[in-house]
Amino acid sequence: MELPPRWAFLLFLLLSSTKASGSAVDKEEFQEELLLKPLPDRKVLAHFHFETRAPPCNSNGRRHHHLFPKAISQMVEKFRVKEMELSFTQGRWNYERWGGFDTMSSNNAKPPGVELWAVFDVPKEQVDASWKNLTHTLSGLFCASINFLESSTMYSAPEWSFRQASGSLRYGMLPREAVCTENLTPWLKLLPCRDNAGLSALMDRPSIYTSFYHSQRLHLTSNASDLEGLNPGIVLEQTLTVVLHPSSQRTSLTHISESYLQPSWSLSSIFGRKVNGRCALAKSSKVYLQLERGLVSELKKNIGSEGYDVEANFELSFNPDRVLTEENSRHGIGSSLLYEFSVDKYSNSKPFDLGLTWKFPVIWSCQQAPLHATRFLMGSGNERGAIAILLKSTDLNDSSPVADSASDGCELHVNIFQIVPWYIRVYYHSLQLFVDDQLKAVGAFVEKIHVMPSKDKISPGMMEMVLKLPCGVKSAALTLDFDKGFLHIDEYPPDANQGFDIPSAAIIFPNFHASMHFPSNDSERKSPMLSKFQESSPVLSYTEVLLVPLTTPDFSMPYNVITITCTVFALYFGSLLNVLRQRVGEKERLLKSKAAAVKTGRPSELLSRLSTKLRGRSQEPSQSPSESSPLINSKLVLKVLLMAALAVAWQYYFG
Amino acid sequence: MPKTETETPKMKPRPIVRLGIFLISHSLLVSVVCCTAGVLALLLLPLLAKNTYISENALMPGSASSMISNRDISEANRLASDLNGLNFKPQDSAAVESRRILTKYMSDLGAEVSYHKFHYKPNQFHPLHFFSSPDSTSSVKNLSCSAHGVNTVGIIRAPSGDGKEAIVLVTPYKFGKSGAAETLSLSIAYTVFSLLSRVTWLAKDIIWFVADSQYGEYAPVEAWLRDYHTPVFTGLGTLNADRCVKIDDPYVFEQKSIAQRKISDGFRRAGTMAAALILKVADRNAMLEDTLNIYAEASNGQMPNLDLINIVNYLAVHRQGLRVKVEKVLTLLDSRWLEILGQIFELLGKVARSLNPGWKFGISAADYIEGSATLASSLYYQALGIPTGPHGAFRDFQVDAITLEISPKVSPHNKARHNEFLLRGGRLVEGVIRSINNLLEKFHQSFFLYMLTSPSKFVSVGVYMIAFALLVAPLPLVAASLYADANQLDLGVKNTKSTPTTTASDELDITFRSWKWLYAAKEVFLIHVWGAAVSLLPYFICQIPNCSPTSSSVIWVFLSMLSLLILYLIVGSPSTHVYISQSEEKGEWAILKSATISAVFIGLLVMSVVNFAAAEIGALLLVPMCLMAQPLKLDMKAGKLRSFLRIICNVVLGFIAFPPAAFFVVKTIFEGFDSINMGDFWNWMESLWAWNSATYIYIGLVTAGNVQFRSSPWTLPWHSAPCP
Repeated sequence: MELPPRWAFLLFLLLSSTKASGSAVDKEEFQEELLLKPLPDRKVLAHFHFETRAPPCNSNGRRHHHLFPKAISQMVEKFRVKEMELSFTQGRWNYERWGGFDTMSSNNAKPPGVELWAVFDVPKEQVDASWKNLTHTLSGLFCASINFLESSTMYSAPEWSFRQASGSLRYGMLPREAVCTENLTPWLKLLPCRDNAGLSALMDRPSIYTSFYHSQRLHLTSNASDLEGLNPGIVLEQTLTVVLHPSSQRTSLTHISESYLQPSWSLSSIFGRKVNGRCALAKSSKVYLQLERGLVSELKKNIGSEGYDVEANFELSFNPDRVLTEENSRHGIGSSLLYEFSVDKYSNSKPFDLGLTWKFPVIWSCQQAPLHATRFLMGSGNERGAIAILLKSTDLNDSSPVADSASDGCELHVNIFQIVPWYIRVYYHSLQLFVDDQLKAVGAFVEKIHVMPSKDKISPGMMEMVLKLPCGVKSAALTLDFDKGFLHIDEYPPDANQGFDIPSAAIIFPNFHASMHFPSNDSERKSPMLSKFQESSPVLSYTEVLLVPLTTPDFSMPYNVITITCTVFALYFGSLLNVLRQRVGEKERLLKSKAAAVKTGRPSELLSRLSTKLRGRSQEPSQSPSESSPLINSKLVLKVLLMAALAVAWQYYFG
Repeated sequence: MPKTETETPKMKPRPIVRLGIFLISHSLLVSVVCCTAGVLALLLLPLLAKNTYISENALMPGSASSMISNRDISEANRLASDLNGLNFKPQDSAAVESRRILTKYMSDLGAEVSYHKFHYKPNQFHPLHFFSSPDSTSSVKNLSCSAHGVNTVGIIRAPSGDGKEAIVLVTPYKFGKSGAAETLSLSIAYTVFSLLSRVTWLAKDIIWFVADSQYGEYAPVEAWLRDYHTPVFTGLGTLNADRCVKIDDPYVFEQKSIAQRKISDGFRRAGTMAAALILKVADRNAMLEDTLNIYAEASNGQMPNLDLINIVNYLAVHRQGLRVKVEKVLTLLDSRWLEILGQIFELLGKVARSLNPGWKFGISAADYIEGSATLASSLYYQALGIPTGPHGAFRDFQVDAITLEISPKVSPHNKARHNEFLLRGGRLVEGVIRSINNLLEKFHQSFFLYMLTSPSKFVSVGVYMIAFALLVAPLPLVAASLYADANQLDLGVKNTKSTPTTTASDELDITFRSWKWLYAAKEVFLIHVWGAAVSLLPYFICQIPNCSPTSSSVIWVFLSMLSLLILYLIVGSPSTHVYISQSEEKGEWAILKSATISAVFIGLLVMSVVNFAAAEIGALLLVPMCLMAQPLKLDMKAGKLRSFLRIICNVVLGFIAFPPAAFFVVKTIFEGFDSINMGDFWNWMESLWAWNSATYIYIGLVTAGNVQFRSSPWTLPWHSAPCP
């Protein structure tokens, strides 16, 4: 109620936009969606999906944007970005508990930190220049240090393993980038309603940033030429994936035996906010609640033979507008359910606060990728180590959603794509492959391998590999030995003693595709999120980021280092000068004149000679009024002792 | 140095050379002064100890209030009572059952639980493996199923952490036959674990490692760390273990509880370890308050970063009000001479303060005694090179770790105090973990080389090096002076007789003589080779079955004597002897001594880099002996009172510096004469080599050096035997 002017303004904008762009085809449009999904380990996944489309450029190239962010379109235009994805992630996606086989995990589970890849539509020799410019632009746009990806040591060009793109793909990761609101705000700024209205109003910063995982993603597809006619213009897809803990969860744990009742939650309990209606500029604004396959089949079991009464297990605070059932003709293990809620009819006075209350305990598990991948470091010490990638079978006994290749010859293809910074000097010849606990020849299982060894201070090492494993494989392990390199003093980052990161490796299963088909309502166009689900994409998972401790100089003691260095230099140059300065002839002459004096080399005589010498000199300056005692030795000893005592005292009091 | 000296008379020496010559010519005085100063500096160390301070600002210990609630404690009590309820069952099933209960509790907290099976194999000395790092591939095949254990590992993944680092919490626990104290340590760990499973500030993963301590506390930790860092993929070991461990099937669970959260058999990891805490609860102590014992010494005298000890000490003293102790030599506490020394220092401090109130170096006599007892134990354990607890295993992988042993005031059965004790222990561990969690970098800010004189006072490397440097300083001087004496004695005689212009034959003679030290060096080298051989002997003696420690040590001594005799017969054969006059014999002896001293000096310096404390103790034993040593024959011939005294000193020092003798002497002093047993020495040595302690090699070296001196008085007579 307090926003009438803004509403009016937005409405005006909407109207003007519709008016301005005449035909329906090349209209800019914006759609917002939110998917909620209970997870097996008592958490809730919230997945915001915003899609903005802009029609392709006209022949003149300049255009006025109504909804589409101008910064993005200019960027796309200038650097000729064909496709790009930028993600900011905090936390790790738990592949075991939150699933590793669905579109959610393979599209939205990202490695911690920043990941950026882009495909350019420029000649090959200009790709690097475009990439550099792009990183700087994005860095400014998102308040992040993406510009560090500019340096050639930080990015690489995968050829085929990560994504098919012939030479125009660049890929870089910043595992240490801290992600916070300063990155979210510019991201929200790209939305027409920002977070003032619509579903994005739910994004309460404290609840998002205390979540277990959150990943904000920006995916850009542009088709400058409208020749294909399929995907016109630029499509900006912004997603935010959050895994949250319903706050009521812990209180119920006091009775451990009963705690298997899943926690009940509502939008207001997990986000602390409610939806007060849709963003006026959005073409559609929908909230979905997804119950995945495993859960649906468990729920059906729970009820007994009733068959289809899944809803008896829980209670929804609002009635869904539609219930969609997944079309899966191939695997008969039940299909996931999707409850659709349209936010259009809710308003400030009648806010939308979807709640889910469980009535019966239920336990299920998510679908797993065929192999679960972990990566870890081996060895200790500052000299060398090894990287190991361990793939373990996840027992696909409960579900066999095995895709295309399961039947024929049964081979499991695994793509591994890994970038290693140059100071981790990986010896690729030391690649060892263990299949089912036995050392195997690499050639027998590696179908294709592409290695770019690192060049010091120029480029990182990159490994792309296709493994061909038998279907019944229990485990496979890869090890690669490396040496730890030394960095130049000014190449160390600020927190050098923490160690150095090896970015996540990507494990891709090219012949497993995760897709969900929901029956489309003919009347309207499919929602962008559901069509995204429908796209079949290979199952992809990321491994952990590794931390390698390297030898670091002691930065905290520059003074000591300078002092020692200077002393060494002074000693060295002093003695060198001394040697160079002496004339050989003079020495001989001196030797001759003193030949008589030098009779013996015995220490005692030498000493007496020495002492006379010393005495003679000590009398000469005569600064000390004291007597020139014959006991010069004891005096010297005294002096030395005094100096030593002074030094000790000084060390004790001031040291 | 000797080289330059022979040349110096010809030209004007530079001041530094002159200083050197001065010191060398007064080597006797210098060595007496330096040695006295060295011993004095060692005794002064407790005075020079500084207060510890937290060097890394990021740690911020105690800046957050504790979050442990009563619910965590009641959960932990439930776990403890569940575990105690199994005490009446037979041991095997109780072990399985208790593991199952523990697993259930852990996974209820949302932790990832896995079992780690390991084979216990007693440490065995192998000369070829002495220098290599422990590798897991070898000797897996011939393992029997008799000795295996199952550790339980629970991992909490930090919410919104990147999983690069982990903090390890270790609780040794005897599954199936645990005492109340062990269960208590488990409940403290559970309290903390349960808290950590729901906090949001966690940035590093937490690993709770319940070590199956039926084969000692070190072995399971070490096995797990080895599998963590150098896993074997060929699966030989795991298969074996699987065959043996048949009773506990981790998959059989009540289907209700954790149907899908299955306990994976696979090894679970959590990134690079930042630090590790080993938590133990001792049975009740005699003290009037709860005490905390800190053990920190790892293998070869390595210490964890001082900051780790600092935060534990800070939190224990200032937050939880525990009394913190570190290990000390108890017998030193009531030794009379130390007390007198302490009083002298106290007096000196008072005098100094009266002169200038700003000077505060005096400490009270009681503090001094306490400090030196602690320092002595610190020195001893570092010198020994045997870890004082499971934390030693972590240090081998460059992870900072300490053992915290909390001993409650009352027995763990007392219910009333029980919860309060849990709360204090839990808060302490929570605070330490939170501090480490704050740390972005790994521990590097504070000292790694230090000795503790009390939990809050330390002596840093810069200070304690002084004592060692003073002790060692005379050695090169004496060696140089001996060498110069031996060479120039003859030179001087020649020069007085002949004209200053030397003939060609004389020059040849001189060059020949200047290489004479090679013979001495050869002799030293041979004796050291013998020392190495003697230190390898135990490996073969170990192979003899059914050998009691006493008999094996007797065999050892016998074999070493025999080998020495053989060596002497081969090398010291009279065929090499030449005509040697009295003075030349003396000269030869001097060169031999100087070569030995140089070798000892180099050995001590190298050892001071490897293990400072061992070098310090070695220097204390060796330096006086090196300086005093003199062939008995020569002294006997002299027959004066002075030389008689010298003989006595020589014999006593030579005896004391002989490691077995030193061991027994120290043992007699501390434990009385009755407890002496030949086997003890064997056991002691066995522990040294089993732990791959560098001290072991060093003892071989010391023995060799010692034997050098003892044998040389007798080899020389042999050389001079045909002398008319």
